[in-house]
Amino acid sequence: MKVQRVFKRFVVGSAALAFSVLLIGVMLEPPAAGVDLRAAVSANLAVSGVAHPVTAVLLNFRGYDTLLEIAVLLLALIVILASGLEALSSRPRAVDPVLQTLAQLAAPSMIVVAVYLLWAGAFRPGGAFQAGAVLAAAGVLLHLTGLLPGWQAPTLKLRLGLTAGLLIFLAIAAAVLSQGALMQYPPRQAGMLILLIEAGFTVSLGLILAGLFLFISRDPGDPT
Amino acid sequence: MTSALLFACVGAILFALGLAGVALIGHLLRRIFAFNVMGSGTFLILVGLAQRHGSADPVPQAMVLTGIVVAVAATALALALTRRLHALTGKLELPADEP
Repeated sequence: MKVQRVFKRFVVGSAALAFSVLLIGVMLEPPAAGVDLRAAVSANLAVSGVAHPVTAVLLNFRGYDTLLEIAVLLLALIVILASGLEALSSRPRAVDPVLQTLAQLAAPSMIVVAVYLLWAGAFRPGGAFQAGAVLAAAGVLLHLTGLLPGWQAPTLKLRLGLTAGLLIFLAIAAAVLSQGALMQYPPRQAGMLILLIEAGFTVSLGLILAGLFLFISRDPGDPT
Repeated sequence: MTSALLFACVGAILFALGLAGVALIGHLLRRIFAFNVMGSGTFLILVGLAQRHGSADPVPQAMVLTGIVVAVAATALALALTRRLHALTGKLELPADEP
């Protein structure tokens, strides 16, 4: 048994080493790229509705990926809820009042930062994902300092919030179907539509990411 | 070697480390960590290789951004399942991996 384990370790270790050496060797002398999408992105940036190329790719050129992504996130949360949860808090029992006050001060400013990131995504690094992550972090911070109880079962309001991003995206995708291709926004309204999608995304993403933590961590006696 | 290429090479090493970890580690929490190390390696390769000539390519960056969020969700799902397994059996290893 022990010999077997050492052997397995040796085989896996040397295979991983060989793999990384091979991969690095290939990457040092890569063949020229078959397609260069950089030129295509910068050529079409003007009609995408936003000025930042990453946001343009995420929400316009490859909007389909982003639509599927929010669906995957929602699916992960639904599976977690469906797999059954034990009431088991990961919150520390005694919370420092200084920490609690600091969290109370930090949470509102985190919401402001999230809104700023959402707005900034149109012309500089930022956007719905970063904003949603900050919102979720605010939720987790409030939970860990004992200010926000864990979530028991999603209420109607929470369900609407969790699915808003996907529903808004689907509605807009259906509305612009008449343009010909899936999620091809009319250039004049593209900026507005992207902001609308991103706003829904931020709320949903924040709630889903926070929910991944808060649905799992709750005390037996916590209210819903 | 540019710094972007260095990122890609570090990504390759991280990927191999994570791969070995997933294959060798029985403890589920550590295996999930190893899986995340693997994912981070992939992201580094994607972003690093794409900007090896100096300018950043927005397409891989957007893909990686999507990938990071999906990886977070997958990790949360894996952790929830691990916790469920622990609650049901009291173990943090899969039955096939038990020594």
